[in-house]
Amino acid sequence: MGEWLSEMWRAREILYFLAWRDVKVRYKQTALGVAWAVVQPLLTMIIFAFFFGRLARIPSEGIPYPLFSYSALVLWTYFSATLAQVGNSLVANSDLLTKIYFPRVALPAAAALGGLLDLVVSSVFLIGMMIYYHVTPHWAMLLTPVFVGQTVLLVLAIGMLLAAINVRYRDVKYTIPFLTQLGMFVTPIIYPVSFLPHRFQGWLALNPMAGVVEGFRACLFGRAIDWELLGFSWILTLLLLIIGALHFRSTERVFADIV
Amino acid sequence: MTSSVIVEDVSKRYEIGALHHETSLRDELVGLLRAPFRRRTPKEIIWALRNVSFSVEEGEVVGIIGRNGAGKSTLLKILSKITYPTTGRVRARGRVASLLEVGTGFHSELTGRENIFLNGSILGMKKREVDARLDAIVAFSGIERFIDTPIKRYSSGMRLRLGFAVAAHLEPDVLIVDEVLAVGDAAFQKKCISAMHDLQRGGRTVLFVSHNMSAVENLCSRGIWVADGSVQLDGPANEVIEAYMSSVTPAESASSELTMTDQRRGSGPLRFTHVEFRSTDGSLQPVTRSGNAVVIRLHYRTIEPIEYGHFGLSLSTELGTVITATSTWYHCLDIPLIPPGEGHVDLEIYELNLIPGRYYLSLKADCLKAGETHVCDSLEHAVYFDVEEAPIYGSSRRILSGSGAVFFRQRWHLEGIGRATAVEGNSADANNEARASRVAR
Repeated sequence: MGEWLSEMWRAREILYFLAWRDVKVRYKQTALGVAWAVVQPLLTMIIFAFFFGRLARIPSEGIPYPLFSYSALVLWTYFSATLAQVGNSLVANSDLLTKIYFPRVALPAAAALGGLLDLVVSSVFLIGMMIYYHVTPHWAMLLTPVFVGQTVLLVLAIGMLLAAINVRYRDVKYTIPFLTQLGMFVTPIIYPVSFLPHRFQGWLALNPMAGVVEGFRACLFGRAIDWELLGFSWILTLLLLIIGALHFRSTERVFADIV
Repeated sequence: MTSSVIVEDVSKRYEIGALHHETSLRDELVGLLRAPFRRRTPKEIIWALRNVSFSVEEGEVVGIIGRNGAGKSTLLKILSKITYPTTGRVRARGRVASLLEVGTGFHSELTGRENIFLNGSILGMKKREVDARLDAIVAFSGIERFIDTPIKRYSSGMRLRLGFAVAAHLEPDVLIVDEVLAVGDAAFQKKCISAMHDLQRGGRTVLFVSHNMSAVENLCSRGIWVADGSVQLDGPANEVIEAYMSSVTPAESASSELTMTDQRRGSGPLRFTHVEFRSTDGSLQPVTRSGNAVVIRLHYRTIEPIEYGHFGLSLSTELGTVITATSTWYHCLDIPLIPPGEGHVDLEIYELNLIPGRYYLSLKADCLKAGETHVCDSLEHAVYFDVEEAPIYGSSRRILSGSGAVFFRQRWHLEGIGRATAVEGNSADANNEARASRVAR
């Protein structure tokens, strides 16, 4: 494992250039360009604000509902869109896998990092919304990058696992969008954790993104952090990261043969 | 001298079933439900390499030769760490760069300059190394003017030049090259060969796979002939090439049977059965003369209807250099349906302008299956034939077999020399003039 990590470290330049390539080509020859990064969470937020905020009157802990759902969607959109990219990263680059040697883990890692551009752009819009809604700045906001970092790790962990499976079973490609769609409802995006009856709240902890989203929002809007939920989410994240890395390492030797 | 690459008893096994792209979890689950206690049907196993061992000294340039499917590519992939041997191991000293393809990882939306960085880093260069060599790489590629243009606007030749320019500046300790010389124009090939010579002079180790025997003979001091997954012969390049070439000599006559050949690729709904050389009047022509017309008749057998089939053949010299390749596709001859059974196609060559010598034919048949082009049958160097001498320039002098591969209808004009050069008398002068105007038809 140590050798593997040191090889990954040596490959950081490849990682950088692959991520840079993904960023560079992402919005080439599109009319809206990088605005696409905002359009998706924005439209989703508008729909949510109308149906869940206005019609269903789901509580949002005193935060304006559009802000409440958009802030969560910033993280969730990165998570779901990038997970699909990471899961497909090996298959999409099969020409590289079969033609040249480099540490294979650079591909999923580059895809996970490349997605951060969208996150940055949609965050800028989030900051604009917060100014619009007169959210007062406070120190806890400085913790938000930690939650972004955890999301990246989580995407990488699950993505590595799925990418490696995808090399053999292309079913994964169809599974990811379906899973993330379901995942959206078991993540506190349209509702706060407190909205759930108490006996269901524990189950929510099985979804590591629940703790991330809830914690991210708590830091942004100065609410109390649910340390139990967050701690459990970190344990799951690290566990998944170890499983993902071990599985990836044990299968990467045959990638070029079966991709 | 120290060993730079050591290959120890390497074998590589492929399971044919596992190679399919369309593996799906569902298929495996269905299989499991149908027969939960039976062992999975054993997959067909192929040994691409078997007990291959050799070592390469530092600074050696080794040519690896062999037929398609002999295991050369698998060997290169193992040497480049792309795939792993089933048993045995490979050790290499220093930085290994492998070039199984020129321009690996190029992205068509990025500019030439951006692709230099991307490709360079994929091939193992550090960013500061690329920075330092950027000007040299751009100059080598010869496409300075377009360096900031997205490479999707490049011609394939330009991409190739850019790719090779990056590769030529790698400065690895061991370079592994696969058949990159087969593409590109003559000037480009020359550049490649001189770049590889430079590497060799710099004491770098080069392993080189090619079908171009003259390139191998030119570049390599040592040859390794791989056949059926093992090393058939390992020794001085010219000896190995000679032995290899004499092994690839199928039966020769005006008609050559192909059904016994096992060195063929393709899915097999259409198979070439034999090749005949005929004259334009239709009779079998056992001797082919330089400059004469010839009809090459390709007989085939199909086991199912073939949609949109195409026939192609290529002609190459004894050293493997392709002289020409042609196909019905080039001629826009679409054949909507080839019915099952036997049949033939004729290629009439009006004038076989080949210098006397031995030439090889490679045959290929494609078809369209579910919207994709499929190789039905492909035979490399399937048939050889000897082109006999003939007075090709209309003169009685022999054309020596070293005079290249082809000749053109031509004429020398000596009027510019003037009368002063005539050393003999009037009668000799008339004689000279008559000789000078004697041209091929």
